[in-house]
Amino acid sequence: MKILECKKLSIGYNEKAICKDINFEVNSGDCLCIIGENGSGKSTLLKTILGLNKQISGKVIFEKTFNKKNIGYLPQQSEFQKDFPATVKEVILSGFVNKMGFRPFYNKIEKQKANEIINFLGINDYQKKSYRDLSGGQQQRVLLARALCATDNFLVLDEPTNGLDARAIKKFYDLIFTLNQKGMTIIMISHDIEKVLNCASHILYLKDTLVFYGSKEEFIQSKLVQNFRSEAEN
Amino acid sequence: MNIFEKIGYYLGFDFVINALIVGVLISLCCGILGVFLVLKRYSMIGDGLSHVAFGATSIAMIVGIADMYLMLPITIVVAILLIRMTNRGKVKNDSAIAMLSVGALAIGYLLVNIFSSSANISSDVCSTLFGSTSILTLSSLDVWLSIVLTIFVLAYFILFHNKIFAVTFDESFAKASGTKTSIYNNIMAVIVGIIIVLAMKLVGSLLISALIVFPALSAIRLFKSYKLVIIFASIVSVVNSILGIFISMLWGTPVGATIVAIDIFVYVICWCIEIIKQEIKKA
Repeated sequence: MKILECKKLSIGYNEKAICKDINFEVNSGDCLCIIGENGSGKSTLLKTILGLNKQISGKVIFEKTFNKKNIGYLPQQSEFQKDFPATVKEVILSGFVNKMGFRPFYNKIEKQKANEIINFLGINDYQKKSYRDLSGGQQQRVLLARALCATDNFLVLDEPTNGLDARAIKKFYDLIFTLNQKGMTIIMISHDIEKVLNCASHILYLKDTLVFYGSKEEFIQSKLVQNFRSEAEN
Repeated sequence: MNIFEKIGYYLGFDFVINALIVGVLISLCCGILGVFLVLKRYSMIGDGLSHVAFGATSIAMIVGIADMYLMLPITIVVAILLIRMTNRGKVKNDSAIAMLSVGALAIGYLLVNIFSSSANISSDVCSTLFGSTSILTLSSLDVWLSIVLTIFVLAYFILFHNKIFAVTFDESFAKASGTKTSIYNNIMAVIVGIIIVLAMKLVGSLLISALIVFPALSAIRLFKSYKLVIIFASIVSVVNSILGIFISMLWGTPVGATIVAIDIFVYVICWCIEIIKQEIKKA
């Protein structure tokens, strides 16, 4: 089932396009990985899809049956979040805010779901700690937990493994893979081509314009992989 | 008379009771609001706004209307504009706020000097800047306004606690999952504007930021949870203000500056406690 389609999308800031003519679609159960150099517009594309940034032209179309409140977003961390005084629990539970309407406090079902997610992601050991006292990898997990509270089928991750060490990166991709296997639709920005080739179902390659969009198998056959690898090395 | 007899004597006056009520309410609001402003990196906006409020008072003084009617709308409108511009990245650095704040101060003082019919301009201005006497000359309108607004602010912060947290901690996440963040930002701007106007009565426009920033920073040093930070900041803010009001009555010191001095003192203590805690952890 199709969830999202972008048609002739031009993205950028202040009327200035960074990347033009982007066409792709996301179907239920896909794991779409967005790759490209720094400044190629990957984050801007995500923000445009999510409505945080206005597109310059073209369309972002969500299926009518898809509830846009059901999106779990993991943005890049801002500097001030890193020393924010909040417990892990407070951060995770804030993922439910979109579903509360005018109800002021979290209900039992939400608290229980948060606990399940905490168990699933292995956050138990540090769930009582303060967010600012966690390592980078732990913080990313907490933000993933929050995103999972906000959604049960559509995750959008903006460079989730940025600043993590190799071990944490591997663990994080394993999690993403497991989630996707369970039926979670995922859009993710990543730099790590090998990891991407492991868990992606589709690839979107940006460089001034849309260089490639298609399934992982098509991408591997297209020789773009070699190009991308050699560019990444240089 | 010993100190307690003196305090008892002062408490017999209506204007002292009024000062205490308003002082407690305003500092309670400032403490809660301060946490939001500090964490959002909006401290300078609070400072800039207080100077804008001074500019508005000057105009009210000249025109000869009650300052609230002019100060309140102007400050609120500027607050909404400033927060909106900062969010859209249009105010890229502190210099825009610095210009606004110093500009409003200078123009306000200039206008008062040129047009005011008052015999004692410098005392009027000093009172608006440092709040030296206004807390003791509150009208019953001021008191009721403070009570009503405090109830409004408290209700908002309690009922929307979780949403305010979500928007403060990560606005793009909240927005992406369908929370209308601009509504929360605008309500917050209105509250900031109102509280700054009220707080001018207590400490004067130059010292408002201290009232907003210090309790929040003290609490952030000591507590790890957002909820506890807010609770501690409001307690610290209220206790400091009560102490400050009593000390200034007993020893004749200026109210605003006394409260701020205590705020600074408590902040330094919290800082020391944090350092000691970290040393114990390391050991």
